[in-house]
Amino acid sequence: MSIPALDVRTVSKHFAGVRALTDVSLELFPGEVHALVGENGAGKSTLIKVITGVYRPDDGEMHYLGEPAAFAHPRDAQTAGVSTIYQEINLVPMRSVAANLYLGREPVNRFGLIDFRRMHREAGELLAGYGITVDVRRRLGELGLGVQQMIAVARALSTEARVVIMDEPTSSLEPREVDLLLDVVALLRRRQIAVLYVTHKLDEVFRICDRVTVLRDGRVAHTGPVTGTSRLRLVATMLGRDIDQIRRHGATTFGDHRPAATGTPVLRAEGLTRRPLLDGVSVEVHAGEVVGLAGLLGSGRTETAKAVFGADRLDEGAVTVDGGSARRWNPAAAIRSGIGMVPEDRKAEGIVGDLSVRDNIVLAALPRLTTAGFLSRRREDAIVDTFVRRLRIKITGPGQRVRELSGGNQQKVLLARMLCLHPRVLILDEPTRGIDVGAKAEIQALISELATLGLGVLLISSELEEVVEGAGRVLVLRDGALVAVLHDDEVSEARIMREIAQASEGGTA
Amino acid sequence: MTGTRTARPDVLTVLRGGGVYPAILLLLLFNVAFTPNFATLTNLRLQLVQVAPVAIVAIGMALVIGTEGIDLSVGSTMALSAALLPLYLGYGVWPAVVVALLAGAAVGIVNGSLVAFGHMQPIIATLGTLVACRGLALVLADGRLAEMFDPVLGTLGNDSVLGVPISVLLVLVVTGAAVVAVRRAAFGRRLLAVGGNRAAATLAGLPVNRTLVTVYVVSGVLAAAAGVLSTARQGAADPSSAGLLIELSAITAVVVGGTPLSGGRIRILGTLMGALLMQLIIATVIQHDLPDSTARMLQAGIIVAAVYVQRGRSRA
Repeated sequence: MSIPALDVRTVSKHFAGVRALTDVSLELFPGEVHALVGENGAGKSTLIKVITGVYRPDDGEMHYLGEPAAFAHPRDAQTAGVSTIYQEINLVPMRSVAANLYLGREPVNRFGLIDFRRMHREAGELLAGYGITVDVRRRLGELGLGVQQMIAVARALSTEARVVIMDEPTSSLEPREVDLLLDVVALLRRRQIAVLYVTHKLDEVFRICDRVTVLRDGRVAHTGPVTGTSRLRLVATMLGRDIDQIRRHGATTFGDHRPAATGTPVLRAEGLTRRPLLDGVSVEVHAGEVVGLAGLLGSGRTETAKAVFGADRLDEGAVTVDGGSARRWNPAAAIRSGIGMVPEDRKAEGIVGDLSVRDNIVLAALPRLTTAGFLSRRREDAIVDTFVRRLRIKITGPGQRVRELSGGNQQKVLLARMLCLHPRVLILDEPTRGIDVGAKAEIQALISELATLGLGVLLISSELEEVVEGAGRVLVLRDGALVAVLHDDEVSEARIMREIAQASEGGTA
Repeated sequence: MTGTRTARPDVLTVLRGGGVYPAILLLLLFNVAFTPNFATLTNLRLQLVQVAPVAIVAIGMALVIGTEGIDLSVGSTMALSAALLPLYLGYGVWPAVVVALLAGAAVGIVNGSLVAFGHMQPIIATLGTLVACRGLALVLADGRLAEMFDPVLGTLGNDSVLGVPISVLLVLVVTGAAVVAVRRAAFGRRLLAVGGNRAAATLAGLPVNRTLVTVYVVSGVLAAAAGVLSTARQGAADPSSAGLLIELSAITAVVVGGTPLSGGRIRILGTLMGALLMQLIIATVIQHDLPDSTARMLQAGIIVAAVYVQRGRSRA
């Protein structure tokens, strides 16, 4: 093999006595797509930050293009040819696509002013090279997240990159956008660029990556070619678990409990319409039943969840709980009626980062914990204590700020916030997105357990296996409308995909 | 009440959280050493009395800023309350005070409604009421200063109970109430949640709009109370100068006290100390016969330093 483009040698990094990385080595070769996987807290982010010069390693060294290198600042890394595309898109939503692509290096005319005509033309050509057709004059914020991500990639690549680091690039993309992105990754490989591909999704590891490195507890647990590595082995390595144990229990940890939908439903939402996103969707949830909501991104899954919960104003439609309805249907009314929701966007709509774990957990229960305007610390602590233990939330204490927790633990805090209200129906919008494998398994198991205890669950997930294994009944959405309701044996990944595909042909082709 | 709290910051965290405490200490030490007649009871009492209106306004401001908002109308509200006092004094002093406070509440309702239901940016909404209330106050008072010789107002403005000026007692009561509200009351928790993440607060079923309106009403009432207090002290209502530019001093006190403008966190004691620090700077400058412009530049330096320290913390 040739010289590695990037060679990380026995790097260690400590934070206030905690070992974030211990003797981590990683070789990235030109034309290689190298997967970096591991649970949250395994050290992936720290490793990226050490490579790009955000952190300085305590120990070990790095070679770039065969020369010893240590970037003092992310900008230095960028200039040298190490481009990073972060999970959160670092672009300016209020400016045009072209302006974003050329931010900080706009082409100028002979008067020193920005040459817009040239910038627009070159931006269009650049994007066309990646198969993206979009009006480069449009404001970036008006475009879908997927397109924004592609533009971030295009921007990163337009600066002579030799090494590209992608931090969960597909976490907010829908399948067809994922295909597009993976095509771009393949293009990078052909151009002899070294790609470090950080992901939670095993599918992508096997689809696009040549080699894989697994981090666990800050150490390299495995590194080797993807071919010849089994999925199960990879999961087992990430979790540090016995492979047979996982084989016995399946890929997800949902239980087998799937009661049939009988009797009158607890929750009945009819003809939910919010133009142009939602068109007459009806949902019923019975006690003890897990109802799955499947569809592509933008098919109206989240919109349905929000409509049921009263978070968005509706053009038409009604929600009743036990046959009763509130005069004004909003989240407060929904919560009073016994409906809870854990939103899709954990950071933007879920946690209050500056508040403590305690304050976050009891947030929705405030009205119930208040006597004459004052909170009962004793009752708060009782609730917090119960749910921290029950959901195994890892915290240093109830006063710890939620901002400091890992994604999985933040998600558990949000679950606790709703569960402490003792809801009858719980709406979970992507409850396991972007969290580590261990927390994911725990949450899946919890959903089944809660259903056994009589809770009705409306489960939204972009991972088909989660919907298929978790739900007893699956509603398939397309373009804001309900296209199929699958029962019991009809529920399978193939069937759902068929329903989605079938519907799509009529719509877009 | 504080015994059961485990997550309260210790002395060290408080110091780190706000450079305002060491700054006050330094300034006090400097004055004790170099300013003649500084460490006398009369002088210290004077400093506290003078800071009272700003302190009261600043505490209301801290609550508003905690919701990621701002209230620019506090100075005009003071003027409005000052203008109303002499008009209703004929009905008795207490009815007049109540009318003044109700006017403050009304301004708060307008501000809060514009922000909550009108989805206006707080800085714009309260800029509107800033202009409107000053104008209204001038119209009500016919643009003139009105002298008042009411014994109750005189007592309120100038007398002491057990050696502590009444206005200072009022500051202590307001501070105590605000601390309890932020730490122990459901209202304070709602406030912080709304300021920290409004979408999350809405989805948790909290009454976001009601919380916003309430906080602006509290700020308005406190501003009106400050207006009553300063009017009582001067024995005259002057709607053209009452509370002029006090919104800037209040915002400064809040920021210097360690409350971030981005919402979600409130430091009441820090705010109080921030107001005190500003007062001490002015007093030091005056007592050393330095020009007023020096005091302003010192204040400016302190604001910038305070914001700089905050920037460092929010990154960590």
